[in-house]
Amino acid sequence: MRVLKTLLATAALATGLGTAAIAEDKTKVGFIYVGPVGDGGWTYEHDQGRKAVVAEFGDKVETIYQESVPEGADAERAITQMALAGADLIFTTSFGYMDPTIAVAEKFPDVKFEHATGYKQADNVSVYSARFYEGRAVQGHIAGKMTKSNIVGYIASFPIPEVIRGINSAYIHAKKVNPDVQFKIIWAYTWFDPAKEADAAKALIEQGADVVLQHTDSTAPQAAAKEAGNVVTFGQASDMGDYAPFPRVSSIIDDWGPYYVARTKAVMDGTWESVSTWDGIGAGMVGIGEISDAVPADVKAEAEALRDALADGSYHAFTGPLNKQDGSAWLAEGETADDGTLAGMGFYVEGIEGEIPSN
Amino acid sequence: MDLGQINPILLLASLMVAATPILLAAIGEAVVEKSGVLNLGVEGMMITGAVVGFAIGVNTQTPALGFVAAAVAGAALSMLFGLLVLYLKSNQVATGLGLTLFGLGLSALIGKPYEGIKAPTMAKWDIPLLSDIPVLGPILFKHDPMVYVSLIIVAATWYVLTKTRAGLILRGVGENHDAAHALGYKVNRVRLIAIAFGGACAGLGGAYISLVRVPQWVEGMTAGAGWIALAIVVFASWRPWRVLLGAYLFGGITVLQLNLQAAGVALPVEVLAMSPYVVTILVLVGISFKGNHGAPGSLGRSFHATH
Repeated sequence: MRVLKTLLATAALATGLGTAAIAEDKTKVGFIYVGPVGDGGWTYEHDQGRKAVVAEFGDKVETIYQESVPEGADAERAITQMALAGADLIFTTSFGYMDPTIAVAEKFPDVKFEHATGYKQADNVSVYSARFYEGRAVQGHIAGKMTKSNIVGYIASFPIPEVIRGINSAYIHAKKVNPDVQFKIIWAYTWFDPAKEADAAKALIEQGADVVLQHTDSTAPQAAAKEAGNVVTFGQASDMGDYAPFPRVSSIIDDWGPYYVARTKAVMDGTWESVSTWDGIGAGMVGIGEISDAVPADVKAEAEALRDALADGSYHAFTGPLNKQDGSAWLAEGETADDGTLAGMGFYVEGIEGEIPSN
Repeated sequence: MDLGQINPILLLASLMVAATPILLAAIGEAVVEKSGVLNLGVEGMMITGAVVGFAIGVNTQTPALGFVAAAVAGAALSMLFGLLVLYLKSNQVATGLGLTLFGLGLSALIGKPYEGIKAPTMAKWDIPLLSDIPVLGPILFKHDPMVYVSLIIVAATWYVLTKTRAGLILRGVGENHDAAHALGYKVNRVRLIAIAFGGACAGLGGAYISLVRVPQWVEGMTAGAGWIALAIVVFASWRPWRVLLGAYLFGGITVLQLNLQAAGVALPVEVLAMSPYVVTILVLVGISFKGNHGAPGSLGRSFHATH
């Protein structure tokens, strides 16, 4: 039975909370994850950020995390539990934790909260996100150049502004270099479900897509593209370098480490304030993974120039003239989108077919 | 919108692939429930099968060995459940749920070194002559061997349950364990064998996801397939061929809705996305109206030989 007990204990550790509170002087930092830390994408990168905090502060911090917390009502329970466990700072790392985070924050005014990708702030709730759409612009450019069938498949997750921004940004830049390009969009209604993501990728490939972009977190679409043989993909949230140089030709990499370290430091110093952070390629929160040799050299050079222009601010990914899907004018020649519109983006730009599902 | 973009032949072929994991898990669970035991640990056994099958498949570069190992692992895990509910008389629902949690954690632990590794490819069988038949050939005769194995398991289950003495005993144990005991049948032994079979099938289903359908190891990759399998068993009124129908229906609608979305069909995406579940619920309601659910009489009840 001892073996059994050890196994059970190990399993409990692997699934559940890390360690219990021991010393009072340590700063305790909690993380709520939407997927498992081994997803190879979104949650993996948040956990890398957590590890950066541990590496920076060593014994002075204690980190706890809970994986695969469903968005919605159960999230509130998980966040509450973490606050009750004595966390000083809690990062809730998915859009769907927005309302639960606000609700729990009201009950624990002394605990600091940081919600990723949302837009609801409070005295003890900061919001932070990355300008993933800048990375999507680079992807769109490469996708438009690489597609031979002129059909680009897009596995979308949920119809929220972040995802819609990504689709628009990728489309605008694909269209710019390839006027014939067409986007086929599948809403998977999940952040993480490898089997469903694989099915979605296969459906897109069967209908002629030879580039597949994904806004879901697992590497399953990469595997599906690899099996198909002639389909280009991009790493999402993490480098997914196991699939380089082909089908994965580049990637968007989220780098949360510096932010998590800075915010933990602020709590330790007592200087923490509620802020809204939205950084892009320039600040290093969004990285573009190495563009592989499967991409022709001239396309690679163009993509890198685009990346650099986005980084130094000389170019904005949403620069007019741009119309909305219904043909109405949105941005005039040379005008750039303001952050308010981008944060609440609920429309497609002109040229994309299909409707955005109501959320 | 252009329905012509959907190739019905590819659609039907991918339907069979999408449905195979839940088919395997559901047929195993159907046998377990026929023997009177409710094992809610299907998800846990599937994910364990997925990781063990993947690990062995990668290490030996032989997917077939991976599947064998997955079946053994699923059965081994189910024996833990069997021991607890049959001999220590623990509550079946709670123990089954515990098994799922345990399996998810254990698989995450085993799977750590295997993240990001590619699976050995499983050659598809191109059955000579038959695969050349127009339309039917590509749909039915160009799959990997496990699709056929799953169909054989369904046929064998049907045959054993309905045509053999062993099947009669198993059903008897499930319908009324006291009567079966009075007749001298070893209730717990029969149930233990059924649970092992269910575990092995769930393990195979999990390995099919990690070795064929996705194919790679990702933590938590079964993502609820085990729960769908449990629903399919009820949907099927515990009958093997209906399990096949239910699994293919569910898998089919799942694949179809993705294809319809990609083709830009002017139906709300929400409706498409929920359609597999809605159809499953509708059929369940329909079956309930007919009155005869076919649930085994002793399902979920502990057996005490002394009573």
